[in-house]
Amino acid sequence: MAAGGAGPSVVVRQLEKRYGTVAAVRGISLEVAAGETFGLLGPNGAGKTTTIGMLCTLVRPSAGSAEVAGFDVVRQRDQVRRRIGLVFQDPTVDDYLTAAENLRFHAELYGVPAAEVGPRMRQVLELVDLWERRDSVVREFSGGMKRRLEIARGLLHSPRVLFLDEPTVGLDPQTRAHIWAYINELRRREAVTIVMTTHYMDEAEYCHRIGIMDGGSLVVVDTPAALKAAVGADRVELRTADNAQAVRALAERLGIAAVAQEGLVHFQVPGGATFIPRLFAELGVEILSVSVARPSLDDVFMSHTGRTIREAEASAGDRLRAAPMIRAHRR
Amino acid sequence: MGPPPLATPASPVAAVRVAEGSLRADLRGVRVVWHRELIRFFRNRLRIVTSLAQPILFLFVLGTGLASAIGRAGGGLDFRTFMFPGILAMTVLFTSIFSAISIVWDREFGFLREMLVAPVHRWSLVVGKCLGGATVATIQGAIMLALGGLVHVPYDPQLMAVLLGEMALTALALTAFGVFVASHLRQVETFQVVMQFFVLPMFFLSGAVFPLHGLPAWLGVLTKVDPLTYAVDPMRHAIFDHVAMAPAIRARLLPGVTWGSWTVPVGVELGLVALAAAVLLAGAIARFSVTE
Repeated sequence: MAAGGAGPSVVVRQLEKRYGTVAAVRGISLEVAAGETFGLLGPNGAGKTTTIGMLCTLVRPSAGSAEVAGFDVVRQRDQVRRRIGLVFQDPTVDDYLTAAENLRFHAELYGVPAAEVGPRMRQVLELVDLWERRDSVVREFSGGMKRRLEIARGLLHSPRVLFLDEPTVGLDPQTRAHIWAYINELRRREAVTIVMTTHYMDEAEYCHRIGIMDGGSLVVVDTPAALKAAVGADRVELRTADNAQAVRALAERLGIAAVAQEGLVHFQVPGGATFIPRLFAELGVEILSVSVARPSLDDVFMSHTGRTIREAEASAGDRLRAAPMIRAHRR
Repeated sequence: MGPPPLATPASPVAAVRVAEGSLRADLRGVRVVWHRELIRFFRNRLRIVTSLAQPILFLFVLGTGLASAIGRAGGGLDFRTFMFPGILAMTVLFTSIFSAISIVWDREFGFLREMLVAPVHRWSLVVGKCLGGATVATIQGAIMLALGGLVHVPYDPQLMAVLLGEMALTALALTAFGVFVASHLRQVETFQVVMQFFVLPMFFLSGAVFPLHGLPAWLGVLTKVDPLTYAVDPMRHAIFDHVAMAPAIRARLLPGVTWGSWTVPVGVELGLVALAAAVLLAGAIARFSVTE
């Protein structure tokens, strides 16, 4: 059987999805290693959710192929389904049932042997701190608790690959941090590959590797550190005794184009941390404070697509309005 | 905080083994969906009460009012006894359709997606849904049936068994119909509008509240087209077989359904309902098995 333990968990070749004349995903290729956490990053409408939909057999590809856990997502759909866990963007737990009932039904649908359901349920519910609430009706849960329950449910049948589609969207920052604490915990405890989408730049940093999507294409794939290193320049902000003089001095003595704005001097320079001592030695203007920021994934997105995530979302929104099919099919 | 190093955990928890697909997996799927439908029904007591309010109103308010207006034209037969099978059909009709609506709700709230991505065939979800809806509707019908004594329907075990069986069959056909319609729709609002075009006409044309005797030709044709007619008539036959009345009265109130000069036998009527259930179920399964 092709489903070996050592091979890549996800193999995607020239995968494509068109809705009528609109291409939602334009021929992407990538591999995700076993045990890796892979993030698809990009604005809304970039094709992340459609890509995940194809990988978890909910959406039929228009062209290309994909293997998940060693099985083809079209020809071996059921084998794939048994080996993946899903946490959707929109809540899919049943409000009228208790947490335990939701899990029990899931276990039955996935054919988890009856004797193993109880202990396994306890494991996953304890992992997300919901064991004490197992007999509560889900309607009484907060948004964060429901998301945790979905994560527990997605893990219940011990999937090889766990798909998380925007696992923290719509949650407040504190709850988001909690969800990430649980996801990190589950990565320590479970041998599972994670493929996730997000449009929060800060969350992408939790991934081993990131693929940046824009307009249905995979623009670049690499580790967060490598992506940021490729952008190069760090952002430096100075507060000085005389900002105008500092801008002149930077240009004349160090050859750096800086701007004074809102009481601060801004400029970009590669290797900011090693540049600072030189700055103090050569600037000749009294420096009151310095901050150096490593490039963020926002900067990475910007450098690869020429626009910020926010701008990309605005134009993607226009595209979606022009093609309501995409929304209609995302159910 | 960055990701943990890419390695298998030192002490992974025992992973559960998942069985490969089979007919047994699909039957488990049927049971899960059916069971869920029952849990939801019994957990929503308000729904049980409110969906009985309408048939009770029809039977005891409309029925009593009509009985006074008609006077004793029924020749000693309580008009509400005549109406009773129609009220049973109404209870089953409304409950079945309501259960089918929930599939559109599931679609809106995403639980359907959890079921659609499970490693079971979709027919098992549709069959589970229809069996669940039918079970719930039959339970509601049984509660109404318990009130039969108030309108002179005898609590004869054989009669009860026949009526329960006929209600179950009707409920299955109607739930399958509702799920079939729902499979074409995406919004709860649309479903309610569409159902207004079916549910009330089906109820009124079925002979639930008036005998299918001496009707104007156009109305007579419509009643024969209404599938619910073929569910109400057998139930009325069963009840009338257990209530004493003059043959002339019975002939007027229960003329049977005629195609031309042929009076359709009860067995054929029930066969038609079963056929409708099978065809609609197949249609709904076909709709749900389409992947986008």
